[in-house]
Amino acid sequence: MYSFEPSEEQKMLIDAINRYAVNDLRKKARDAEEESHLPEDLIQKGWELGLLQASIPESYGGFGEYSALTGVLAGEELAYGDFAGALAVLTPASFALPILLCGTEEQKQTFLPPIAEGEWQPYSAAIIEPFLDFDPNELRTKAEKQNGNYQINGEKIYVPYADGAKQLIVYANLDGKTQAFIIDPASPGVTIVERQKLMGINALPVYKVKLENVLIPGENRLGGEVGIEFTPILDSMRLAMAALALGISRAAYEYSRDYAKDRDVFGVKVAQKQAIAFMLAEMATEIESIRLLTWEAAWKLDQRKEDASKEAYLAHIGAADMAMMVTDRAVQILGGHGYIREHPVELYMRNGRGIAMLTGIGMI
Amino acid sequence: MIEFEMPKPIAQQSYVLKTVAENMMRPVSRYFDEHEHEIPWDYINFMHMAMRATGAGSLAPPERKEDEEKKEEKKSRPPIAYQMLAFMLEMLSWGDVGMYLCTPGGGLGAAAVEAAGTPEQKRKFLARFAEEKPTFAAMAMTEPHCGSDTSAIRTTAVLDKTTNEWVLNGEKIFVTAGQKSLEESNGFVVIWATIDPSAGRAGIRSFVVETGTPGVKVTKLEHKLGIRASDTASIVLQDARVPFENILGSPEIQTETTKGFKGAMATFDATRPLVSATGIGVARAALELLKEMAAAQGFQVRYGLPKTKLTNFEREIIDMEVLLQSAWLLVIKSVWMADNRKPNPLEASMAKLRAGDVVTKITQRAVELMGPLGYSRDYLLEKWFRDAKITDIYEGTGQINRLVVARNILGYTGRELR
Repeated sequence: MYSFEPSEEQKMLIDAINRYAVNDLRKKARDAEEESHLPEDLIQKGWELGLLQASIPESYGGFGEYSALTGVLAGEELAYGDFAGALAVLTPASFALPILLCGTEEQKQTFLPPIAEGEWQPYSAAIIEPFLDFDPNELRTKAEKQNGNYQINGEKIYVPYADGAKQLIVYANLDGKTQAFIIDPASPGVTIVERQKLMGINALPVYKVKLENVLIPGENRLGGEVGIEFTPILDSMRLAMAALALGISRAAYEYSRDYAKDRDVFGVKVAQKQAIAFMLAEMATEIESIRLLTWEAAWKLDQRKEDASKEAYLAHIGAADMAMMVTDRAVQILGGHGYIREHPVELYMRNGRGIAMLTGIGMI
Repeated sequence: MIEFEMPKPIAQQSYVLKTVAENMMRPVSRYFDEHEHEIPWDYINFMHMAMRATGAGSLAPPERKEDEEKKEEKKSRPPIAYQMLAFMLEMLSWGDVGMYLCTPGGGLGAAAVEAAGTPEQKRKFLARFAEEKPTFAAMAMTEPHCGSDTSAIRTTAVLDKTTNEWVLNGEKIFVTAGQKSLEESNGFVVIWATIDPSAGRAGIRSFVVETGTPGVKVTKLEHKLGIRASDTASIVLQDARVPFENILGSPEIQTETTKGFKGAMATFDATRPLVSATGIGVARAALELLKEMAAAQGFQVRYGLPKTKLTNFEREIIDMEVLLQSAWLLVIKSVWMADNRKPNPLEASMAKLRAGDVVTKITQRAVELMGPLGYSRDYLLEKWFRDAKITDIYEGTGQINRLVVARNILGYTGRELR
């Protein structure tokens, strides 16, 4: 059957996140961006909503089951508040979910309970590399097997909370395949080079990380000796971007819609001009159709449908275009005011531009 | 629970309809494109026979008596009639949208009766589609001087109190299947007319005018860019008399001023997603042919790569797939809402405007991407390019649907956002 109605449980979750997104995240978003800092208590409050905890089964310290569909619903709602804040709240998920999806029993027992049962802690992941043809399936960071251990060499960028991270998952190329390794950032050979300055999400601390002959014990290869099937992890990363793009776009659309209904022009409201009204109609339609594509991809992922990966890829591409189209128009609808940092639409636009390229910076 | 599992009856239906599309439509697609105004009777008779046997494609309440047990079982299952129909139209239009528009069974005329008619009217007017001969119905709204602006309709309906009949006068154009409804079968046309020309939209009502009504005449068949298998008729009404009860809707809808117009407009909430589905079928056909031709000549589409590694051809195909699937899901959502009796004017118009944009763009791009072959009439691609464009025009142009969506999301009346 087709159905477009979230479950009661999902609705309650969305409501709770919505309150946090509107009352907490969004209110702090501008200052956080300007000061390049997210208050710890703000992140902790988001963490307490229990998104990740609800994805982890009881046996590993959580209280639920992983669902990509619930994840995209939650992701949209978080980013509806603020993209950087959403990524911060979700950062531990980018470490825990790969372990949940692909880890050995021992890895799950070791790493998941302290995360699920504790406060928000900087567990993170490193995947993006400084190349314009960066491809998660063909990483330049190399892993080599040595006497049952692994040696890693390469360079990672945009690693959230790398400085002071408890543990990192580092993705690397092992014999042509993307594999994941659990690394203590204090290990010899790991250098946190610098905090990076980006076009948007400045509130989120992201770092350049160098890996020089980093030696990883065999048991810290995700999935153990056989390693991992990377595809479902990548699918989840792409869906995270799509979901977050929906939140950013919805926020931008609503802000510009409300502004247009309030602003006078030639004796009427701006929104009463078809030139503006039609832009808003197209923005709303774009968001709704890409939302459905994202939902379908997530549902297929949960149902292990054959074409789930393809659709997650399509959803990400569609969402990246949507985010740019919608946030650009939001700025345009506000005119000169859209360009001023007193309004959030310029921030939405800068954040929206990241969706296409930031695959791997979050997971849901 | 959010779900995207195609219901079994729809999957079965699609399997059968694909065979119909491949065997009864595609082989004669080109012929009927090049022989405009010839009627594809083989297809029509086959579909009529098949639909009578299975009851498919009809929104009319089933006449068969069911035992209580079966009724209970049916109630517990979620309703999917509109979804069935959307999938049916998509698949038949994948075959040939012009021929699909010739499918007997009432089309937009029946949809209007279904959306705005009383139970008696539904019984009276919809029963004919189950008869032995294929029967058609149409909806007539556009006039020579007005299209989207339905409040400007000049066709009049005056009640003759001595005979208790409505007397209709005026001219309608662009009536899809008008000829088949009035001249080729025992069908009807739903005519939009005003009972009070000074009242604007408040005066608009819809009337069922049946085949054989004196004073009703098909005066012209259009020559079109595409969908040539389907007749597009002009109809003149000259003192055409219909019984009082042929005015669609319950008594209060007939008399209360704005409800009549709204009742008539409600038809669109049902038909816009369905028309969108036909466009999606055409675009899917175009995209599939393009991919098949490309694969045969050594162009494979690789998914999952960063854009820097994709060829322009791959990027175009991927973008087209995003557009097509996201537009199709909007259609499915809007018919799912109709099935579940959720008001869907916003979603119906969103689906329609998106489909109009997307199918036009996809067929245009597909013709270009097939290179010099795209321009050849040896392939159906150029025909689908011509066929697809109508999706953005009939049942409300893309612009009218933008207006509907905009008023909806902004909370504006027609006066506040003109």
